[in-house]
Amino acid sequence: MQPTHRSSRILQPAKLWFVYFSLFLALGLEYIPSGRVPGIPDWVPLVLAIWCVREPLRVGMGVGFVFGLLVDVGQGAAMGQHALAYVVLAYFANAAARRVLWFPLLQQALHMLPLFVLTQVLMVAVRLLAGAEFPGWSYFLSSLSNALLWAPLSILLMLPQYQPVDRDDNRPI
Amino acid sequence: MSFVGHQPPPIFKRGPAPTARLFAFVTVCLVLLVADLRFRYLEVMRDALSVVTYPVQMAAATPADFVLNASHYFATLIEVQRENADLRRQQLSSGERLLRFELLELENQRLRELLDMSRRVEVKSIAADILYNAPDPFARKVILDRGAQQGVEAGLAVVDAKGVVGQVTRVHPVQSEVTLLTDRNQSIPVSVLRNGVRGVLFGSGQGGLEMRFVLADADVREGDQLVTSGLDGVFVPGLPVAKVVGVDRASDAFARIECEPLAAIETSVQVLVIGRTAYPPPPPALDARER
Repeated sequence: MQPTHRSSRILQPAKLWFVYFSLFLALGLEYIPSGRVPGIPDWVPLVLAIWCVREPLRVGMGVGFVFGLLVDVGQGAAMGQHALAYVVLAYFANAAARRVLWFPLLQQALHMLPLFVLTQVLMVAVRLLAGAEFPGWSYFLSSLSNALLWAPLSILLMLPQYQPVDRDDNRPI
Repeated sequence: MSFVGHQPPPIFKRGPAPTARLFAFVTVCLVLLVADLRFRYLEVMRDALSVVTYPVQMAAATPADFVLNASHYFATLIEVQRENADLRRQQLSSGERLLRFELLELENQRLRELLDMSRRVEVKSIAADILYNAPDPFARKVILDRGAQQGVEAGLAVVDAKGVVGQVTRVHPVQSEVTLLTDRNQSIPVSVLRNGVRGVLFGSGQGGLEMRFVLADADVREGDQLVTSGLDGVFVPGLPVAKVVGVDRASDAFARIECEPLAAIETSVQVLVIGRTAYPPPPPALDARER
């Protein structure tokens, strides 16, 4: 577990079941029928990117591929559309992991914003090549809300790792 | 091979290089995309994966259902009364038309028997509610609350009170996915009600419709009504589809005919899934000379 430069504290490694639990939770959020409201965050790539940055050795392109396929099936999108985008996202997030974590959370979000946009651009390109219609520029708003959610969700997903190895009853945190 | 006779411990072992893995995954994804979009090979894989996704989807749809139902529940009494009065009036007028229709159908059947023509196929219909827009933002699709268990099949036509809304393109156990006529990849064979000129209607992508493959000198005028021709063997013939709103003959060998859907395609809530109970026999095979 890598520290951010704000806290030099070494966190516990994330439990693998917790990683997959959070990813499935994100999948559930992704499936909520929200109509065509622009700016609804894409939960799966967000959580995937967080884990790719925090646990680059354990979460990577394979996980991105599998969850991409699950999103494809659930949304009735073209098979491989989300998988392709998430694989590329995981590749770049893994590569950026060593650098990004030295910045505070808000600047991390700035680092991740282009990646989220790239993810969506890939999906648009794939579907436009296949003859679909352009969904409108507001489609890219969800990248922005993803970047805004980066900091709070990072804190939320890191909370379990803050537990000390030896629990001391006098110092609960 | 190290010279002390054993392999070094795998401290830095991370499998193939990330770039190599990226290329492998991207290749797999592209193969999947082509197989799905171009050849439609992957429906089996989709069904298999939906075993995993279906429970999650159902769980996710529950809060949305709850919110929708709550807003229905709190609709005011006055609105309901007004709607009720409207419906009574509509039922009266359609009841009268139904009486005449039954008479005409009987007459039609007798005349066909007299002329020794084949019977018209009977039509089956399933009432359904539109649950929500499909989450895929690149296509104009909606999800119905009836699926394979209620007898919905892929390919059936979906109509509302005024005309055709779309076509069932994918069927799940208790839900089905309908591609609206305004989707760019959706087409429907139609004929002009006035004189029977045939053509194919495509979604234009901006919410309108376009009739293609009609010769520039064909007799199609503004205001003509288009109905399904039934030539595809899938749609029931005679369902109202669209109205011609503009004809441009100057551009090409084919006329540019813009149409406007009759049904409230993007806003209707209650729909009927309509299909033939029997499909026409397959076309006779071409002999070698014609091929």
